[in-house]
Amino acid sequence: MSKIYYKSKTNRNKNGNFPQFKISSGCAVFGVINEDGERFSGEMVMDAISVMHERSNGLGGGFAAYGIYPQFEKDWVFHIFYDDMIAKKSTESKIGENFEVLLSEEIPTRKVSRIVNAPLIYRYFLKPKENFTLYGKNKTDSVVMSQVITATKEDKIVDFVMHINRDISGAYIISSGKNMGVFKGVGFPEDIGLFFKLDEYKGYLWTSHGRFPTNSVGWWGGAHPFGLLNWSVVHNGEISSYGTNKRFVDGFGYECTLSTDTEVITYLLDLIVRKQKINLEMVHLILASPLWEDIERMPEDIKESLKALRILYGNALLNGPFSIIAGNINCMYALNDRIKLRPLVAARKDKYLFVSSEEAAIRKVCSSPDSIWQPDGGEPVIGVVSKKEKNGSEKNNGYQKKNKKLESWSGLVN
Amino acid sequence: MALKLNQSEFEIERDESKCISCQVCVRQCSNDVHEYDSEQDNVYSDNIKCVGCHRCESLCPTGALKIKERQFQFKPNYNWTRDHLRNIYKQADSGGVILTGMGSDKPYIVYWDRILFNASQVTNPSIDPLREPMEIKTFVGRKPDDLEFEITRGSKGRGVKLKTQLFPQLELSTPIMFSAMSYGSISLNACRSLADAASEFGTYYNTGEGGLHKDLYKYSKNTIVQVASGRYGVDVDYLNKGAAVEIKIGQGAKPGIGGHLPGEKVTSDISDTRMIPEGTDAISPAPHHDIYSIEDLAQLIYALKEATDWSKPVGVKVSAVHNIAPIASGIVRAGADFVSIDGLRGGTGAAPLVIRDNVGIPIELAIASVDERLRKEGIRHKASIIAAGSIRSSADVIKAIALGADAVYIGTAALIAMGCHLCQKCYTGKCNWGIATQDPYLTKRLNPEVGTRRLLNLLRGWSLEIKEMLGGAGINAIESLKGNREHLRGIGLSQRELEILGIKHAGEAW
Repeated sequence: MSKIYYKSKTNRNKNGNFPQFKISSGCAVFGVINEDGERFSGEMVMDAISVMHERSNGLGGGFAAYGIYPQFEKDWVFHIFYDDMIAKKSTESKIGENFEVLLSEEIPTRKVSRIVNAPLIYRYFLKPKENFTLYGKNKTDSVVMSQVITATKEDKIVDFVMHINRDISGAYIISSGKNMGVFKGVGFPEDIGLFFKLDEYKGYLWTSHGRFPTNSVGWWGGAHPFGLLNWSVVHNGEISSYGTNKRFVDGFGYECTLSTDTEVITYLLDLIVRKQKINLEMVHLILASPLWEDIERMPEDIKESLKALRILYGNALLNGPFSIIAGNINCMYALNDRIKLRPLVAARKDKYLFVSSEEAAIRKVCSSPDSIWQPDGGEPVIGVVSKKEKNGSEKNNGYQKKNKKLESWSGLVN
Repeated sequence: MALKLNQSEFEIERDESKCISCQVCVRQCSNDVHEYDSEQDNVYSDNIKCVGCHRCESLCPTGALKIKERQFQFKPNYNWTRDHLRNIYKQADSGGVILTGMGSDKPYIVYWDRILFNASQVTNPSIDPLREPMEIKTFVGRKPDDLEFEITRGSKGRGVKLKTQLFPQLELSTPIMFSAMSYGSISLNACRSLADAASEFGTYYNTGEGGLHKDLYKYSKNTIVQVASGRYGVDVDYLNKGAAVEIKIGQGAKPGIGGHLPGEKVTSDISDTRMIPEGTDAISPAPHHDIYSIEDLAQLIYALKEATDWSKPVGVKVSAVHNIAPIASGIVRAGADFVSIDGLRGGTGAAPLVIRDNVGIPIELAIASVDERLRKEGIRHKASIIAAGSIRSSADVIKAIALGADAVYIGTAALIAMGCHLCQKCYTGKCNWGIATQDPYLTKRLNPEVGTRRLLNLLRGWSLEIKEMLGGAGINAIESLKGNREHLRGIGLSQRELEILGIKHAGEAW
């Protein structure tokens, strides 16, 4: 297809593709995980985020859900926004070159009067083919060359996602994990939830986001959560160290095309946890590292480790106010900036772990939690689905029968 | 021929009603400008000898003296400027190369002054450095590719143990170090002030290529020892007296050429320190004669690492020239732990005027392109970048770091703190402020304790200002500023300049 067809309908000024400005925002965030891996309806999280209506301004809302596609547990699933059929066609041809397509369909939506200008929204369940192409922007770059040699399966997916998002005008992959998906758009989060029929999905981990951007560009792709591989990140805050962080991940081949803080946080998480293999329990020591004066007072061996982390990952420190909730296939990770400039509340009830911008949202869906606390700045809240129990609950599946009607929306379940 | 075509640069105005003929000016001036006539009980001044160092004016007890720039020496001419005429007259007199001191005073664009820094408003809070922690600790040295940890289980619960061995690092309490200034180019008292201030503040000073005087051994923890083309004073003890070793390839004020310390300055003390015979000229060759290419540099770097038992960072100092980005990349790949880059406006004790004013590129552009290049190649973490060459204020420091430097060197600013008035006559050895001289009558004018205190004050003042600016931008650790060009905006710069600096123009939001 010749280049001329790649014209996008909406006017996004980047050499055709993305907004060049950084999108900074104040926001509402909410996350909940069932540590037994039991799946529950998205209604709960829609309910919770709606309480924090005042924290967003209708210019973006979204959800990430894990465990929603049990039939395709081992397969990649892409959620993609298209501006037009031309973008769809060229993207699908790229997908066809590199993947075996198990199922492709339009993501079902319901009409909601307040949600307008939606793009075409599709999802694809995919298996990578053997002869997978790497699209690295400029293959003569030594960084890219080294990646071509050492690229893992995940690296190839990342490369593919970045290629589509960068090079195909009017197409944007919003999530690219397994058994998970991102649903987002321009509107208040509770409306976005209704629009995507999230009350009909079941997952064991949900995160959600209501945006209050400080500029008014209503672009669906710019809403949160941001997704890459199994990661999804929602974020309230503004990262003053954005430029530094961006240049840091750039050195490892991650290209920040979206100019959002959330994007760079996602790349940092992927880089630190997946590529550099730092234990998740140590990630806060990088993203919200302890102060030097505290490090000096620690016992010698811990001091040595902390010092090394700060020396090497100093440029990965997220500076400025933030509270983030990151989801991955088996865990939820919430973190505040190190001097706690943004709100974050956590609570537990049985096997549920909640994190939220405001306590009210938790109380709305869980009136009497077993414990509720405000994590300190730089103190992570981690919820983990233990694998055994998750499998157990998958086998059990009692709830599926009970809610058969709700789950039969796409023929994916049962 | 007695005819002197050059006219005086300065005019000395003596208020006779205030002058008490105390002769302070006569004693203070090493250029013999002032002369006392005992018969008349009067002091006369010879304008033509005046270099404009303002020593006499500063010390005159009655304030009778005023040193003014002399206007209208020549008929104004935009093409044949005063400087061109003066230089031609000088060379027609002497047939020599015109020497000068300190950094270039030509009106090249100072990019620092065309770059503006950011601050927080509403969307994120600024941070008050008086109430909140504000971290400016900086590490200089090679960083590993990744870290490996072991999760340990002890009696006190789980812990972590670092398995990766880190490369040696310099730990700076503030991202400012004192640039290389040799004993020989400056006095021992000046060296002592720098060393003392660096060690008290928790940063580093650089010996330059003049060896290390025994009196300064006690500051070895805060000393960067330099290995230059003349190898003066270099032996294994010298190398091991430093916290880091720096190979000097070039200097911003005189890229591509060596140095020359005249024999008359090589006193017995300096001869000991430089390990050369007393009274001989100390000539540093233009290149290192064992480095004719990048692989030779790698050999020297590893030889120095071996000699110091791999316990110290070994860096390389180069002047900012046109191909600085690939040069720096080569240096990092050759194994350097830090690269010091000295820009066009960097200072010197002595350099040919034509070189100082015409060779090299401004440090701002060099830092921006080197940082960009190293990141593109994925080797930025393998070496720290130190920016040098006219860092004049804490704002310049902040901007250098935001462009991508890890730390800065200050030379001229440190000398000014000790009293230098930038008369640019360092090469004469007659520094009236007791800094760039070895004349015992002059060197005792700089009290090392006072020098130390003034340098400490400067470091403290700049550090406080850096913290204020960081806090204003909503950042509480200097690491988060490094390469953070989003916080910079250019003003009055062309598109091309903005591209090279990697910044947006003022008024462009993100």
